[in-house]
Amino acid sequence: MMPDAFFALAERLSAELTGDEVLFCNLGGEVSDFVRLNHNRMRQAGNVCAAGLTLTLIDGARQAEAAFDLSGDPETDLAIGRALIGRLHERLAVLPDDPYLQYATQPSTGMAHQEPQALPPAEEAVATLIEAAEGLDLVGIWASGLIRTGLASSLGHRHWHERASFNLDWSLYLSGDKALKSSYSGFDWNPDVVHERLRTMRAGLEILRRPARRLDPGRYRAYLAPPAVEELMGMLAWGGFDLRDHRTQQTPLLKLVRGERAFDPRITLREDHARGLTPGFTPEGFILPPSVTLIDAGAVGDCLVESRSGREYGEPVNAASGSPESLSLEPGDLPESEVLARLDTGLWIGHLWYCNWSDPNEARVTGMTRFGTFWVEDGEIQCPVEVMRFDDSLYALFGGRLEALTRERELRLSPETYEGRSSASVLLPGVLVSGIALTL
Amino acid sequence: MTRSDARRAPWSAARDDRGAPNLARLTDIAQTFVAHAPACDAWTLRLVAETTDHLEVRQGVVEPSLIGCSLGAMVTVVEGAGSGYAATSDLSRAGLCAAADRARDWARVQARLGLFDARLQPPGATVADYRAPVEEPWESRPLADKLALLQAANQALDIDERIQDWSAWLTHRRVEQLLIGSAGTRVTQVLDYVHPGVQVVANAGSQTQRRHGGGADGGLQGGLENLVRLGFLDDATRLAEEAIALLDAPECPSDVRDLILMPNQMALQIHESIGHPLELDRILGDERNYAGTSFVTPEMFGRYRYGSELLNVTHDPTLPGELISVAADDEGTPAAREVLIRAGILERPLGGALSQARAGLPGTATSRASGWDRPPIDRMGNLNLEPGQGSLADLVGQVERGILMDTNRSWSIDDSRNKFQFGCELGRLIEDGRLKGLVRNPGYRGLSAEFWRSLAGVGGPETLGVGGVLNCGKGEPNQAVYVGHASPPCLFRRVAVFGGGE
Repeated sequence: MMPDAFFALAERLSAELTGDEVLFCNLGGEVSDFVRLNHNRMRQAGNVCAAGLTLTLIDGARQAEAAFDLSGDPETDLAIGRALIGRLHERLAVLPDDPYLQYATQPSTGMAHQEPQALPPAEEAVATLIEAAEGLDLVGIWASGLIRTGLASSLGHRHWHERASFNLDWSLYLSGDKALKSSYSGFDWNPDVVHERLRTMRAGLEILRRPARRLDPGRYRAYLAPPAVEELMGMLAWGGFDLRDHRTQQTPLLKLVRGERAFDPRITLREDHARGLTPGFTPEGFILPPSVTLIDAGAVGDCLVESRSGREYGEPVNAASGSPESLSLEPGDLPESEVLARLDTGLWIGHLWYCNWSDPNEARVTGMTRFGTFWVEDGEIQCPVEVMRFDDSLYALFGGRLEALTRERELRLSPETYEGRSSASVLLPGVLVSGIALTL
Repeated sequence: MTRSDARRAPWSAARDDRGAPNLARLTDIAQTFVAHAPACDAWTLRLVAETTDHLEVRQGVVEPSLIGCSLGAMVTVVEGAGSGYAATSDLSRAGLCAAADRARDWARVQARLGLFDARLQPPGATVADYRAPVEEPWESRPLADKLALLQAANQALDIDERIQDWSAWLTHRRVEQLLIGSAGTRVTQVLDYVHPGVQVVANAGSQTQRRHGGGADGGLQGGLENLVRLGFLDDATRLAEEAIALLDAPECPSDVRDLILMPNQMALQIHESIGHPLELDRILGDERNYAGTSFVTPEMFGRYRYGSELLNVTHDPTLPGELISVAADDEGTPAAREVLIRAGILERPLGGALSQARAGLPGTATSRASGWDRPPIDRMGNLNLEPGQGSLADLVGQVERGILMDTNRSWSIDDSRNKFQFGCELGRLIEDGRLKGLVRNPGYRGLSAEFWRSLAGVGGPETLGVGGVLNCGKGEPNQAVYVGHASPPCLFRRVAVFGGGE
């Protein structure tokens, strides 16, 4: 659905309102091609054309919501929307006042568009990949196309955010669980990048062929590459910054809040809305600030405040949800080229996997090493290691045992597609630690 | 509840469709599609109408309710050696034809670049009909009554000033699905769920403890009659009391002890370290870039000792009321009960018709999609650990020094599904065959390949807990689905357990 059609539908639905009722319409949609690959051949390929509309009907201090899939036909969508507004009217008659209802009463507008010409046809990109990876056991996913978000209200809000992007996420396997992983995502496709990354990975596979080292449980010096740091940041995103989780003592950063633990002063985390990959507005019509500092030089910064929590706890709205979508970690001063030398002897961890809380009260996380994790001696990669489980506190990894952050950072676009293609991203350095506890 | 009726003309909705208000519409859409069916070797159309209603009360405040109505189509086309899919919410004639065209385009590309010949999977001709058993439909009680129930649950949770947050919810979900195919497949299924749940959070200083329950883990097919069975209101005050008691409980000891897992934790243990490793698409390598591979290899079937002789695992989509009881999977393979592990010996993997053909192994009717916008892949359905004998007290009586763990709070396992670690909300010491005091932050870790061989006790049929998980994630593009699990409490010998702290 195009913005004009969406705004016209919202206007016609708003005609259903009576008295002082207010209607917010939020649209989310995508037109995507997905191609799964296994053994460097296509496993499953197809196209998804989806759009959904969420209606929030507000009458005084009462509100209720309904959502439906848009067909694209204006009359059909209008009829379904009208019927749902009718059901919401019935529901509002029963519901009590909502003390935490909050929306932007001043209308605003904004259009963020990007033309899709930079994307190649999906079949062309996949054919390029398969040809470039000839002889390799490549497995992964190509996803590409448009992602759209829209907001319109009976108060006059009119917002549209649209990006055309691609996300190629793949691994190369030798045997069993021995593999390297890479990704290439963005807005301007350049096949040379795929060729270059595959060339680098072919060289990496030669090291991976060496017999794997089996480690005993214990504490090891380690370098965590940005994809591994991303997994740990994903744990912090799980309740670490949400205002409600803080006010109800559920945050895994409770001891940081209480001053019983601290991160290293070099740890500064921000939610960078200004990166612009996600919409700059909330479903309730609030405009997001360019940036929110979540961890400020190792100490607690601001929380992410979505509209409902903002009303409950009296804080200004600064996010669409309590979980970051554009996280960045400030870089350090360690040049990437010197990582192996500084690590000297220990683990080079390419990826972590399946993290979860081991003890949230201590921000203690467990998870597995995966993809391209190597044993390093005297600054030289020696061999791969068998997968190992770690169990350690983020207060240690980003606190007392933090040695350095790399000077370079990696922008990583999320390949996640559970609720449609994600617009989330992270901008992260690698992290050198004096020890990470391996348990199994 | 599984019915077949081959006499009825295809695509007609000639039965009583109370409780399935969208089936007639799905039939109309199917007729439109059939009248303009794509010219190709084979096609299927899967139409899914999903209606949801979520009600929640937190700290006595009614949260915004959400009515959901989703409707869309998944078209698959086979042409020559290739297959492709296209999903759309545009269900007009033009929209369906455009989807079929896109699916055919992908089929042609896959015919050139595909991993296998799509004709490996012959088109099916299953005719089947399933309606989940519902005694008390969601609509039978007015909104005000449901909100009053949620308020009552909130009051039962708010028992102490150390309770920092509490909430209760009721979610209704109805999935009406019609699958038709060019070779005669016609499968109509209506899955109905009411998911109740409560959650409570207690805090003292820097120690926070959560409990959840009242149906929050898994749930069942059916209607509001399940609220009592799932303990919705009855659980609330006990859970709040336990959350408070855990604040001052000692940490779970860190050493090697016997371990009894309650059914709601057994669900996760079965799910992660039996279900996923037995999935054929993992064994075939499809999931290696995301969900992972498996320590199980094809030659293990029929001979590998997965667990002790007490371990019997079935895949049973025919059990009334469990989360994934169905007549057929999303590709039309008729549902059937299969034994996967018998007396500890691995017999059969989990995987649909296509994976079975690719692997040359038997499997199960488990090719499922999360919705109309995703293609079917190998999933667990109802994956159950069969009961043994005796009560929970009998299991406890066999333990000299151990821990009982209840209600999952954390799960993690390696990409081959071997090295696992789980955390639970509540632990209880066992000494000399008797249950003793609470311990907090209990966890345990081990290796799948060794853990199931240490299975030393399985509760009897009267101890069986039926539930599952509502968020099993895998696939590229990603899909999260329900999975049913039933298990009695089980006893394992000599497991590494631990508690919280640095």
